[in-house]
Order: sequence, then structure tokens, then C-alpha cells
Amino acid sequence: MQGYYPLFTALPLAMAFLNLLVSKLSKKVSDYFAFLVMAVLAGMSIKMLFVQPFTYQVGGWAPPWGILLVSDGLSSMILAVINIIGLLSMVFSISYMNTYTAKPKYYTLFLLMVAGMNGVVITGDFFNMYVFLEIASIASYALVGFGCEREELEASFKYLILGGVASTAVLFGIAFLYSMTGTLNMPDVAHQLEFMEMNRAIAFVLAMFIMGFGLKASTVPFHAWLPDAHPSAPAPISAMLSGVLIKALGVYAIARVMFHVFGPNDMISAIMMFLGALSMLVGVIMAVGQSDFKRMLAYHSISQMGYVTIGLGLGLNPNVSPAIAAFGLLGGLFHLANHAVFKSCLFLSSGSFEFRTGTRNKFEMGGLIRRMPVTSATCSIASLSISGVPPFNGFWSKLIIIAAFIQAALYSQGDSKVWFMIYGIIAVFVAFMTLISFVRLQKSVIFGKLPERFASLREAPFSMVVPLIILAALCLGIGIAYPFIHDTLLEAAKDALLDKVSYVNLLIGS
Amino acid sequence: MILYFLSLALFVMGLYCLVAKKNIIKKVIGIVITEYSINMFLILVGYRDGGIAPVLMKGMDNSEIAAGSVDPLPQALVLTSIVIGLGVLALMVSICLRLYEKYKTFDMSEIKRLRG
Amino acid sequence: MNRDIDKEIHNEAHGMTSIVKTVARFLMGIIFIFGAYIILYGHLTPGGGFAGGIILACGYILLTMSFGKEIGLRKLTDNWASILDNTGALLFLVIGLLGFTAGSFFLNFLGKGNIFDLFSAGTIPLNNIAIGIKVLASVFAVFIALSIFGRVVSDYVEDEEV
Repeated sequence: MQGYYPLFTALPLAMAFLNLLVSKLSKKVSDYFAFLVMAVLAGMSIKMLFVQPFTYQVGGWAPPWGILLVSDGLSSMILAVINIIGLLSMVFSISYMNTYTAKPKYYTLFLLMVAGMNGVVITGDFFNMYVFLEIASIASYALVGFGCEREELEASFKYLILGGVASTAVLFGIAFLYSMTGTLNMPDVAHQLEFMEMNRAIAFVLAMFIMGFGLKASTVPFHAWLPDAHPSAPAPISAMLSGVLIKALGVYAIARVMFHVFGPNDMISAIMMFLGALSMLVGVIMAVGQSDFKRMLAYHSISQMGYVTIGLGLGLNPNVSPAIAAFGLLGGLFHLANHAVFKSCLFLSSGSFEFRTGTRNKFEMGGLIRRMPVTSATCSIASLSISGVPPFNGFWSKLIIIAAFIQAALYSQGDSKVWFMIYGIIAVFVAFMTLISFVRLQKSVIFGKLPERFASLREAPFSMVVPLIILAALCLGIGIAYPFIHDTLLEAAKDALLDKVSYVNLLIGS
Repeated sequence: MILYFLSLALFVMGLYCLVAKKNIIKKVIGIVITEYSINMFLILVGYRDGGIAPVLMKGMDNSEIAAGSVDPLPQALVLTSIVIGLGVLALMVSICLRLYEKYKTFDMSEIKRLRG
Repeated sequence: MNRDIDKEIHNEAHGMTSIVKTVARFLMGIIFIFGAYIILYGHLTPGGGFAGGIILACGYILLTMSFGKEIGLRKLTDNWASILDNTGALLFLVIGLLGFTAGSFFLNFLGKGNIFDLFSAGTIPLNNIAIGIKVLASVFAVFIALSIFGRVVSDYVEDEEV
């Protein structure tokens, strides 16, 4: 398995181009083609979960000079999330994308996006990370505007401008780091930074990275593009953007850089916890008033990503006891995986409703459980999960994050005690608001009176229902099997993230 | 040193163009200016006074390059970033033209069907 | 190959004036040779696949702009541009993947040869050629796509003026 690690990006890249060539001969083939690639990738990523950490040298060049690919608990976990959600979205789009033209081009862009995200996750080199970040971003800009209608183009343009600023900021940060350390290899940069005091140049780099990756992750002051871009995209792409892209390009990148390159730091921790709390509050408050189904879900994405950011922020804090920091970090990572599962389930359900009813306004729907029972059931399960109702998966991760903050408040002194308490209360309040918002959604879409014109609706096609059922089963399964998931997946990811020393040692060890 | 400040000034000018101008084509130009300011910064990072080009010519020794050339790595990075910039620029311009096709205007303040 | 171009030089119906066409006709060959040189010697001198590919694409763009789109598209149709685009990218990746046979992704598995020879440096000239094809085709395709849009926009401008 180790020798084939680069295939995670090489395979989707190659197939993206091959797909366009093959589609000139036969349009039908590209469906199976894209499905097959994603199935292979998902299989590989599941297998990666059981492989010990290792490094890979591209082209046989030794680390400080060549490109280093790194595999550890964290990257395996994120790879699994990306490729499994990608596979399910791909299955969903086989029927859904029939309403659009140019399906082979859609598959090409989809595979390019997956290649970029996988590349960001597996790389251990700053510039390589920037290149893959751009590949994934450019593919996603094009996918948001794929319908070429007014709203879609406008959303795509907004996303393009803000994404362009984010990429520029990240490149500026990388250029500054290179000028300070003279290397681009991430373990090497971390090694060099250990000999430097905190100075203005490092603070500038941190600011640039928080701005750049924050824009990609859409934490609140940088969130303006997300509520436009996510509803405008086709439903499987909304699921990919909301479920995976903002995590792989935003949260994963920021976690990797902050934990492994810069190390735990008071200031970054305070900033990230503050941004997380702000995202949670603003996102959920904006979400309550929305009438557009997918737009509401997009605002909830901002709010739920706040939980992840705040968990990572607590993990970065050097002043609380290591056990509590690790607990908060674990909650954040678990919520990342859970959010990918239930949010993509919700977006795919909304796509399924839209496919049959032709509207996204939730007040025009109603009583759909009588006509589309399976989609309604999966939508309900995912809603319960995102609101944090036991025994679904969202409950556990929210519980861990809230418990970590209350513990941090109990066992620390001075100012920070008050802040931790406030953050804990905000987390509880936001969970409550999310529940209200989703109960209202259920009431207006799934239950209530069935409008006359929907009397003859049928259930969505088979290939759209299957991914929904799998995702809903995952919501329940991860919730029930939480102790197992905790021991196998999360502990490895958390240990990998907290262990900066062995990351720096990759330089020597490989 | 003054050149570093010039590249920073270029960056700020690009950001200003991006924020203040309403014409979407001008916004695109703003993005391109910020990108090029970063490229210039990267080239400056690798520059050294009196350095030679990092190309091995006939009759030259490897050590001569190592001792006297400018840093070639940022130049490779700039080339990559120019390629990426080209791709983004092509996408941006085509989206602008599509927007013009639909709205018949380049004015961002009139393109506002999405709010909130 | 150039017979139909010669026929078009004095045809004022397509493209620009015959002065531009004559100069473009003269420059075309030089531009193509220069682009090919930049690609083939990419591993020895500054330049390489991207720069050479852009130069080649500029040759086609010059042809299209001076002689009109019909002649330009007769030399390289958009369908072929798309095929060449994908083929170039695939070739590059296949060279990378062939490195697996010798042990590592993108490993330079061919003999390095003598420095300053045209056939040296293993897979790097092959990579340059693949990138050259890719860049040539994709830049030309972008140009064609934008020029189609440009017509749409100028139609609207004319409508507004009327």
C-alpha cells in the first residue's frame, strides 16, 4: 500500500483527462468510468486506515530537496472522509446530473476537485499544498457556476474573487516562510522555526495563513461567499463543498500548519476559539430566518464548522492541561467527520426533493413523507443528528466539545476561566438553536399538508436513494459504535496531530 | 529593501482595486495585480546582488553556480504560480463574459440577485 | 499546407488587411521553429514546456487573428485542441506513473546521458514535450472559447447602440 500512496492524486487526475477523451467516443461510458475511479479510491482510503504512519519520497529525492508525502492518523482519517463522501456524491449525481448538459465535463471537474483535495491532505510540502489547493479551488469555482444561470454565475464570481484573495494570502505566507527559513518542506520548516523567537515576520505569516485558510473554511468574518456558493451548485457538489471541501482546504490545512509547523501557541489558540465561537453564533442566527432549503443548510455549515474550529483552538492552547486540550481536539476532529456525514446527507436529500418538486423554497413544500418516504426518513435522521439528539453521531461530538470547555473552565484560573465558560455556554446555546431550526424545517417540508400539485410525486430514482440510505445508516452507526470509532480512528488522528516531535523527525527518519 | 516595499505597495493597490471598483473586469485586474505582486516578492526573495543566472553553461563548474547564482527555487515557484494565475484568469474572464451575457452589464452593484 | 493561406492573403473578406497577413505569413514559420526549439532544449537552456507551448499557441493565435477564425480553425479545430489538451496531460502523468516500474512516482528512470546533449536528462525532455502539447492546445482552446464569447458580447453592444 505504501508504494502506491501518490495514486490518491495521480489516479483521479489521470482519469479526469482520460474521461474527456473516452466521452468523445461514447457518452454513456463516462458514468461508469467516474464511478469506478471513486470506488477504487474509496476502497484504497479505507485500507489506508489500517496502515502504520509512513512517508513517501516523490521521484526518489531525499526530504529537504524533494517533495515529501506524509501519511499519519490524521491524513488517513481525512482521506477516508473525502473519498467515501465523494463516492456517494458520485453515485447520487449519476441520475441527478441528467437535468444538466455536458455530464462528462462535470465528471472531469469532480475528479479534479477530488484530486486536489487528496493532494492537499497527503502532501508534506508547502508549495505542493498550494498547487493542490488551487487545483481543488479552480475545479470548485467552475462547478459552482456549472448551471450557467444568473444566480449560479454570480455566486461563482463572488466565490472566485474571495477564493483568489485566499490563495494569494496563502502564497504570500509561504513566500514569507521561505524567505525566513529557506526551505519549503513542512517538517524542515517546523525544525527551523524551533530556533526562532516569535517575531513580527512570523506573526505576519500566521495572519496570512489564518486569513487564507479561514476564507477557504469560511469562518465568520470571511464567510460571505459560502451562503451564495453552496446553494447555487448542483446538489452533489453542494454536498462535496459543504461536506468535504471546506474541511480539506480550510480546517485540515490550518490544523496541519498550526499544530505541526508552528506548534501550540497562546495567541493562535485565542484567535481560533474566538473565530469559532463567532462562526457558531452568526451562522445559526442567520440560518433561522432562511426560506431557501439549501441556503439554510449553508448557514448551518458555517455554524457547525465553528464547533470544529473551536475544538481545534482548545487543542492548540498550551495553558490548559494536556488532557483537556487533547479532549477538545478530539471533539473537534470527531465533529469534522460527523459533519461531513450528516451535512452531505442533508444536501443530497435537499437535492432529491428539488429533483422531484422543482423548488428549493421550504414553505412551498410540505407533507412529503407521504410521497417520498425514504428521502424524508433520511432527511429526518440527518436533522436529528445535526441537532445533537442521542444516539446519533452529532450528539457525541457536541457533548465532547462542550464537556471539554466546561472542564477547561473548571481547571483554569483568571481571565481564561470566564472565556472558556462563555464558549461552553455558546456551544450549548447554538446546539439548542440548531434543534429549533431543524424542527421548523421538518415541520414545513416533511410533515404538514401536502400541496395539491405534489399529489402524484414519486420517490427519487434508485441511484439517488442508495447514497442517502448509506449516509443515514452511517449517522446512526457512528453514533452507536462511538467507542469503537474513538479507539481506532480518532485516537490515532488526535495523537498524530499532537505529536509535533515525530513530525519534525520525519526529516531525519525517512 | 525599497523593492520589497514596492511589491507590498502593489499588493495593497491590487486589494484596493478589488474592494473599491464596481466594474467586475476591474476587480479581475485587481486580483491579477495582487498575484503579480506576490510573484515579484518571490523573485526578490531569491535575488542576490551581483548573482548570475542559475543556468549551467558550457565550461562552467557546478561550484561556480552554487557560489554565485541567484536562488533558482523561487523562480520555479513563480513559473508555477504564473501558470495557475493563467488558469484562474481564463476562468474569471469567461465568467465575466457569461455574466454580461445574462445581465448585460459589468457593474457589480447591478448584479445582485443573491442577498444576505 | 500553406496553399490555402496563400490564397487568402489578398482576400479582404476574412481577417485583417493584406499587409498584416503578409507579415504574419512570414513570421508564422519562425515562431513555430522558435517554439519547438524552446521546448526541445528546455532541459539545457531557460525555457521548457510551458514557455514553448505558449509561443506555439501564440503562433496559432496570430494566424487566427490575422486570417480570420475560419482559417485558424481549419489548421487546428477546437475538437482536436481538446483532444491534444487531454493527451498532453495524460502523457505527462503516464511518464510519472512509469516511474513506478523503477520504484517511485516521477522517478527519472531513463539514462541521464551526457550533459549538454540534446538526448539527455532522462524523462525531462519527454515531460517538456508533453507539457508543450498540453499548453499549446489549452491556450488555443481558451482563446477560441473567449473569441466565441466576444462575438456574443459585441452583438449586444451593437444592439444597444441601435
